[in-house]
Amino acid sequence: MSTALAHPADTRVADAMVPAPYRVTSRVQETADTVTLTLVPLAQPIAPPLAGQFNMLYAFGVGEVPISISAIETGDRLRHTVRAVGAISQALCASEIGAVIGVRGPFGTDWGVASAMGRDVLVVAGGIGLAPLRPVVHELLHSRRQFRRVTLLVGARTPEEILFRGEVASWEASARITVRTTVDTATPAWKGEVGVVPKLIDRVAIDPEFTTVMICGPEIMLRFTAAEVLSRGIAAEQVRVSMERNMQCGIGRCGHCQFGPVLVCTHGPVFPWSRVGPLLTRREL
Amino acid sequence: MKTIADLISEHKFFGDLDQQSLEFVAGCGSNVHFAPEQRILTEGEPANDFYLIRSGSVALSFPVPGRGAVVIDTLGDGDVLGWSWLFPPYRWQFDAEAREDVAAIAFDGVCLRTKCDSDARLGYLLTQRFARVILERLQSVRMRMLDVYGAGAPR
Amino acid sequence: MARTPAHTDHHPVVIDRSGLQELIDALIADGRKVIGPTVRDGAVVYEEIAKVEELPAGWGDEQAPGQYRLQRRSDDALFGYVVGPDSWKRYLFPPVSVTWRVELNGGGVAITPAPEPPRYAFLGVRACELAAIAIQDRVLVHAAYPDRDYAARRENALFIAVNCSTPAATCFCTSMGTGPRVGAGHDLALTELLDGPDPRFLVEVGSEKGAALVERLTANDASPTDREAAAAVWSAAEAGVTKTMPADGIRGLLNRNLEHPRWDAVAARCLACTNCTMVCPTCFCADFREAGGLSPQESEQHRTWASCFAVDHSYIHGGSMRTSGRSRYRQWMTHKLATWHDQFGTSGCVGCGRCIAWCPVGIDITEEAEAIRATDGLTRTTTGATR
Repeated sequence: MSTALAHPADTRVADAMVPAPYRVTSRVQETADTVTLTLVPLAQPIAPPLAGQFNMLYAFGVGEVPISISAIETGDRLRHTVRAVGAISQALCASEIGAVIGVRGPFGTDWGVASAMGRDVLVVAGGIGLAPLRPVVHELLHSRRQFRRVTLLVGARTPEEILFRGEVASWEASARITVRTTVDTATPAWKGEVGVVPKLIDRVAIDPEFTTVMICGPEIMLRFTAAEVLSRGIAAEQVRVSMERNMQCGIGRCGHCQFGPVLVCTHGPVFPWSRVGPLLTRREL
Repeated sequence: MKTIADLISEHKFFGDLDQQSLEFVAGCGSNVHFAPEQRILTEGEPANDFYLIRSGSVALSFPVPGRGAVVIDTLGDGDVLGWSWLFPPYRWQFDAEAREDVAAIAFDGVCLRTKCDSDARLGYLLTQRFARVILERLQSVRMRMLDVYGAGAPR
Repeated sequence: MARTPAHTDHHPVVIDRSGLQELIDALIADGRKVIGPTVRDGAVVYEEIAKVEELPAGWGDEQAPGQYRLQRRSDDALFGYVVGPDSWKRYLFPPVSVTWRVELNGGGVAITPAPEPPRYAFLGVRACELAAIAIQDRVLVHAAYPDRDYAARRENALFIAVNCSTPAATCFCTSMGTGPRVGAGHDLALTELLDGPDPRFLVEVGSEKGAALVERLTANDASPTDREAAAAVWSAAEAGVTKTMPADGIRGLLNRNLEHPRWDAVAARCLACTNCTMVCPTCFCADFREAGGLSPQESEQHRTWASCFAVDHSYIHGGSMRTSGRSRYRQWMTHKLATWHDQFGTSGCVGCGRCIAWCPVGIDITEEAEAIRATDGLTRTTTGATR
């Protein structure tokens, strides 16, 4: 197998402007419409992404979409969990092992997990939002003693749509972090909680001055969850959310991800609530 | 050993009631326990009490012909179970079952209802609190109706 | 607001029209494509030219909200118009360009970036246009990830600016601090002098490249009469700018009036036709989309001009974030005049007036700003009533 990058590339890492070719080495069907791909570089690797950052993944002949990394990998491997919601993501989800995918990145701001050392950490994930947060959980578990209480709250539409279900169960079983899961709609076999994620926060013991919160999920869920944690006395600066917008370049030039004064790809996607909370109450900003 | 009055005065639902009302309400309360899978409320039956869950998980469900008991909500520590005791026709609108061992305080709804008829202030205070519970539960249902996790969901 | 050119050791010279032709010839001999103004389809547009005869001699433009007409002047000035529907972004940031090409070859992939762009010389660049280019430089070059194609075009281009003589009714460069006199960013700046029997140009040098060019032309040192004649042109131009933008504090004004009922009023008129974003010299929004080749083994990514007025501009799965016309007009105007500051440190507007002339329904951005300023703080309540 040969690849040729016809332009001279930086010897260390791939150019962020032109996709670097990567090959799919494993493929896991997580739910009916979500797939996790593991990628290895065919030529120059990109710089190692941090939890919260994203890459522009390129499906040959179809186009590019921004996808957050869903795990921190060793070496030059990348792991991305993609939900098939449009032509490009569908093409990515349909990739077989051996397929070539282009990667540009890493872009955007990260969750800043290290800054929460010595504090309680509350991680709240809604739906596909668990994918960008999984690297955070990995980091928290890896350096468990550096953090105080760690709680993960997971919300999903139905039990079948809980992402990384087996892994979530293993985190719960490990008892190293507190895990609570809830679904919008139960199935007969579901013996867990039913209801919206903010309700789970009610039952979490919170020490407002020493808690950092990280939330990812649909925007409505971000707003209601943030409102709930703020009502418990946590400062807006200590609540971080990951936002999503139409991104076509990932590098602050196409203008599509503008959100009032910020560019989500460059000033985000991870923002402190103090920055974007007031903007999110504006309709159609 | 804590009295019922002690327990409910610490709880956010009753905690800020005036002393006289608190004592009256406590007087209508008693400690109860439910075993796993024990039915607590049955849809259609007279609603004469309500519960303050102290520990354990309760599933609210609706018996749907052909689908069995469809769980529509779950409650746990600190949640209030049941508001139909306060509003005519005083009948339960759903089933409630203990998911595991449940410890709760049961309140005599008939006694409280009667007292509220003559004590408007108590009636107002209780109605106010239950209205807030209903509001929160309604918001939760509305959010689920939005189906925010769905692929083509409005945002 | 009077502006003076950056200090240079080079004294201004004077050339006549044959000197201008010498200039064009020298640029072509240097391997440059000379882009200049010419009349086509009833407008002054920017196209490749080779002869002075192709310039719009004797043409002026009459502009108003929703209106653009060429008018015959009483003299035969070459640069007696101001700005047409084209801006230099047509060449620095082309409407369609290839960002990369991909080829599948026997199990491997070859990805090649776009080829080197041509070297241009731009003739007839106005002060507001230089300001617009400087603004786009901040977006596309002085950024974490510069646009290589734009940067190359920019680096290699030569700018022969022209000082305006006859502003249009839609110009408001003075309010935005961008003109009418050329300040910086040019290699040469010409001022057309029609006070004598032979039309001539005062040529001010703005860079070493410009100085080197002037050496190759038949030119005389500018006399005091020449300089006075040029100064008269500059002050007449400044006095001729009549439209104003209430630019003081406009950023705060728009930021605190996001729920102003004026947005509904302008939305009722706006067709979301995207003309304003197409003609605006600073608008840079672009789509980066796949454009497949004829062969299944090849594909390309194209960068094409996009507009925030398009409904799908803000589309993510589930729908667009800005569906109402109101939200899209508000996005454009607040970005241009307010949030551009947050993102790039300057205003995004240079006061060229193109958006006013080329709006089919004649929406005037200065009028909208003034209307909001006059009723600062007005809101629409959720029931639609204003208070």
